[in-house]
Amino acid sequence: MIELRHLSKTFLTKEGSFEALRDISLTVEDGDIHGIIGVSGAGKSTLVRCVNLLEKPTSGSVLIDGEDVTNYSGRRLLNLRGKIGMIFQDFSLFAQRNALANVIFPLQLRRDSRKDAAKRGMELLELVGLAHKAKSYPAQLSGGQQQRVAIARALANHPSYLLCDEATSALDSLTTDAILQLLKTINHELGVTILVITHEMKVIETICNKVAVLDGAQIVERGKTADVFAQPEQQITQRLLGQAMAEAAAQAAAESATAVSASTTLTDQLAYLEVKSDV
Amino acid sequence: MFDFLRDFIDQYGDLLVQSSIDTLLAVSLATTLAYILGILLAVVLKITAPGSLKPQVLINSVIGWIVNMGRSIPFIILMVILIPLSRMIVGTSLGVLGSIIPLTIGAAPFVARIVESSFEEVPAGSIEAAQAFGASTFQIIWKVYLRESLPSLIRGAAITLITLIGYQAIMGAFGGGGLGDVAVRFGYHRYKGDVMVAAVLILIVLVQLIQSTADLIARKIDKR
Repeated sequence: MIELRHLSKTFLTKEGSFEALRDISLTVEDGDIHGIIGVSGAGKSTLVRCVNLLEKPTSGSVLIDGEDVTNYSGRRLLNLRGKIGMIFQDFSLFAQRNALANVIFPLQLRRDSRKDAAKRGMELLELVGLAHKAKSYPAQLSGGQQQRVAIARALANHPSYLLCDEATSALDSLTTDAILQLLKTINHELGVTILVITHEMKVIETICNKVAVLDGAQIVERGKTADVFAQPEQQITQRLLGQAMAEAAAQAAAESATAVSASTTLTDQLAYLEVKSDV
Repeated sequence: MFDFLRDFIDQYGDLLVQSSIDTLLAVSLATTLAYILGILLAVVLKITAPGSLKPQVLINSVIGWIVNMGRSIPFIILMVILIPLSRMIVGTSLGVLGSIIPLTIGAAPFVARIVESSFEEVPAGSIEAAQAFGASTFQIIWKVYLRESLPSLIRGAAITLITLIGYQAIMGAFGGGGLGDVAVRFGYHRYKGDVMVAAVLILIVLVQLIQSTADLIARKIDKR
């Protein structure tokens, strides 16, 4: 369980202080896929970085499995971070390491034997469907493939939690769907609790069972995704929802157009399906 | 023509071979030592920088200031200043041995800045990812900064080697031995134009070889 209690974060800049988070309280239960949605600059990235203390909160506390970790430092902090996986918008893979070496990076930090690490790395690449790309370097992989490698890397240490910072924002719609499905699988089959930061309602709608809406450094609305979607109370939520519906409609139109043009011959149709399943 | 070449090689071959070896020896030893010092300086500069892993404004500005000072002293003057130190450490300020200390001290601040700029090429995202997985500062330096910037570090090492070949040739004129010494002693003082030309030609070949080898290796290992 991840608990944030009255968390605030203020950055001091040359222009003065900037309040990124104000009195955030939030609980992520084990087994949840919990979403946090907000527009750019709402403080989402700062919030997720407070969970593994890449950002130190100005006040308030972070509890992981009931233990207050806010003031962890040194070895204890590094061990804690080792148990929380994280993926990023730009994937942040190591460009000079191949896919397998990227995946086992967290294991090598703990001095696991090379052989054990390689075995675990291949299992993980298998899980994300990229065992055949083990020797490829990030530059040789597509965005979707890179994010799969990053997911495998985040899972290397058997984490209980996975933090996703705008994990699909750099990906196209079809690839996003595939990555979201993978996250769902990881949640169901490995029992990993996932905290998702996004600006896309579609992401929340597809995988999150709970959602919190972040606006102006505060949580303005939270609850089960179904409830929030059915009766959005805040204007910002309605706006985000409206945007999502407009996008969905546009996409549906685009997809039906593709489907029509693809259905001219059977081979074309098969090729279309292949493209879809390949991402 | 061939007779001339045969005579020339008989007369100066050994001298040129020996002084080439001397130059290479002095330059590679000094580059190695300068890299040990320079990488240490660069690592301290990088991790103590504002907003970096261990921000330390005071240490950062002091080291930065020392590095800048080291780089602004003209090499000839540095050479003279370092004569006592060289005598103390290696026992002489002359020949190959005597040129190692001035070359090392002269190159270290230069290396520090070159390595620092290689570190700048490592994306901030890679550093953050390593931190998120619980990497210690030492592991981030070793497994991310140095590993990820390796192709750039190799290109930087070629720049340093070539710069030091130039410095070493200057030292030749002041008793530093090597190819520069041959070019000055025979070519300039004794009007042996052919020996001077031969020494310069060898220097040109050395520089070309170092540069192409480094380019080749860097291209081969760079996976970006």
